[in-house]
Amino acid sequence: MTKMTYREAVRAALRKALRSDPLVFLMGEDVGGYGGAFAVSHGLLEEFGPERVRDTPLSESTFVGAGIGAALGGMRPIVEIMTVNFSLLALDQIVNNAATLRHMSGGQFNVPLVVRMATGGGRQLAAQHSHSFEGWYAHIPGIKVLTPATVPDAYGMLLTALGEPDPVFIFEHATLYALEGELDEEAAGMNITRAAVRRQGRDVTLITYGGSLGKTLEAARDLAEADIEAEVIDLRALRPLDTPTILESVAKTHHAVVVDEGWRTGSFAAEICAQLMEKAFDELDAPVMRVCSEEVPMPYAKHLEDAALPQVKNIVAAAKQTVS
Amino acid sequence: MSTPSISERLPVDREHALFLLREMLRIRRFEEKAAELYSLQKIRGFLHLYIGEEATGVGSMQAFAQDDAIVATYREHGHALARGIPARVLMAEMFGKATGCSHGHGGSMHFFDRSRRFYGGYAIVGGGLPIAVGLALADKLRDRQSVTACYFGDGAVAEGEFHESLNLAALWKLPVVFLCENNLYAMGTALARHQSQTDISAKGESYGIASSAVDGMDVLAVETATRQAVEFVRRGNGPFLLELRTYRFRAHSMSDPDLYRTKQEIEEWKKRDPLLLFQAELRQGKLLTDSDTPRIEAEVSAEIDEAVRSAEAGPWEPVERLLDDVQGPAAP
Repeated sequence: MTKMTYREAVRAALRKALRSDPLVFLMGEDVGGYGGAFAVSHGLLEEFGPERVRDTPLSESTFVGAGIGAALGGMRPIVEIMTVNFSLLALDQIVNNAATLRHMSGGQFNVPLVVRMATGGGRQLAAQHSHSFEGWYAHIPGIKVLTPATVPDAYGMLLTALGEPDPVFIFEHATLYALEGELDEEAAGMNITRAAVRRQGRDVTLITYGGSLGKTLEAARDLAEADIEAEVIDLRALRPLDTPTILESVAKTHHAVVVDEGWRTGSFAAEICAQLMEKAFDELDAPVMRVCSEEVPMPYAKHLEDAALPQVKNIVAAAKQTVS
Repeated sequence: MSTPSISERLPVDREHALFLLREMLRIRRFEEKAAELYSLQKIRGFLHLYIGEEATGVGSMQAFAQDDAIVATYREHGHALARGIPARVLMAEMFGKATGCSHGHGGSMHFFDRSRRFYGGYAIVGGGLPIAVGLALADKLRDRQSVTACYFGDGAVAEGEFHESLNLAALWKLPVVFLCENNLYAMGTALARHQSQTDISAKGESYGIASSAVDGMDVLAVETATRQAVEFVRRGNGPFLLELRTYRFRAHSMSDPDLYRTKQEIEEWKKRDPLLLFQAELRQGKLLTDSDTPRIEAEVSAEIDEAVRSAEAGPWEPVERLLDDVQGPAAP
């Protein structure tokens, strides 16, 4: 086991993939000379050279499309989009090509492409650099949507994604890069479609993913002081969604709160609520609560941004309300 | 432009000349039949006919080898036929049958054929260009000698992806031949109404891309120009932009009332019908006899009739398979 940051874990996974498979290459904006906007790929250009660690122009649509084409052509591309905000410029390629080609071609072609990007708010970057659109992406059949929230997941989900036959999108919450954890780099491949129970509890199920996991675990500790034992589920993957793990927990706690940094309206949290209505209606002792971002373009000022994002106190309040 | 006589052009022999004529006729008759079947509601959805543009697809496709990759648009029936995908599987695809080239999942706009490296019809204008760039990147990284043919229309040059793709292909010296089939209309908007620079081949220069333009109604000129472009690209010189100046005789799609151009304009262009031009030239060069065209027509007609019969008879994809091709089996 080695102690390292989330950033170092992603880098270690990239290095391992580049070393072990000559078909793997990394491309994106500033992944090479700059070392990655979040310093994830720092040092990889020096080790693997510009053919395999390729800096691209600011052409999101085309370098994502080129990743799709290279995957069709037999390569194993990893495309880094600097942030989820810029991925909007590549939506056509993602939605209309990456996600459709296998089905539209009658199963003749597949797109073994991994796309990584930073997501989320909380760094005072205002309304154009703070989105959480992973819930949007989870709407699309034909792709997988992963949201690693721990150091082992940052490493293992990327490596496992590279064995998938179809496009995998990995959303790395930007506030997680400095997170420290223990990693066993020799660990076997991991399941990337199962949720993880990060804390056991009997009173309420807190369902979350990605950047909100830390806040949710903190809320669970606060709740324990008030004699409310919360179970915390880290979804890990939004598509496919591991509904059985959620249902199993709710069957035990009979209460649920969903914590999701996306805006409330049309959020991924709404999908969880709908599934609980469809599949666990008789298990619920109270309405499912949601803790989401406020319906506002993200403001810059710290106190306003804090007020717009889900916070520990909001999660605690929602949990207390649902069990009361 | 003045055209040299056929003997001064390609060293074209009678066999090759008749092959080109047959290929263009196959597309013309296939498309006429598709229009008829659309009105009978055998073919549904959108249908974009290639009639008038046969010389661009047939002439250019001669320059590409088996190992080369093809990326096309939603107006790709001609490219698919010229690439060698049998008419019966294309017709079956438009019928929505399991025997279609995409199992009835794609329809007219989305023909695919893995065995012929035909990477599909892309129906978001400009969306195929980045894919072509990526295919070429893969070929380059894997040290294959293949080139990628990337077909698109004049409408696509207004898309950001056109400019991004030309830039990236030039920057990385990728083996792509960009083939712009300029039929003068982006759906209903004339070239001069959507482009500040109407000379599309000139746009390559700003990216340092070798470019040229050719009369897209002249199948031999298209073949010659494309062979030159492919040779240039295959030698490792980076991409090439070839503008094929053509015209579609039919409306944009079956639902287009064609209100944005005059009948007179269409009739003027029909005087330059690529089939008529080529047959006239072949007769002049004594490469075509009076009995050739009726014989080829009969053979093509039989092929198209058989394609329709086969499509009719083909089975439907079972509904039980609806979700099967969304994602492949997970990694072990």
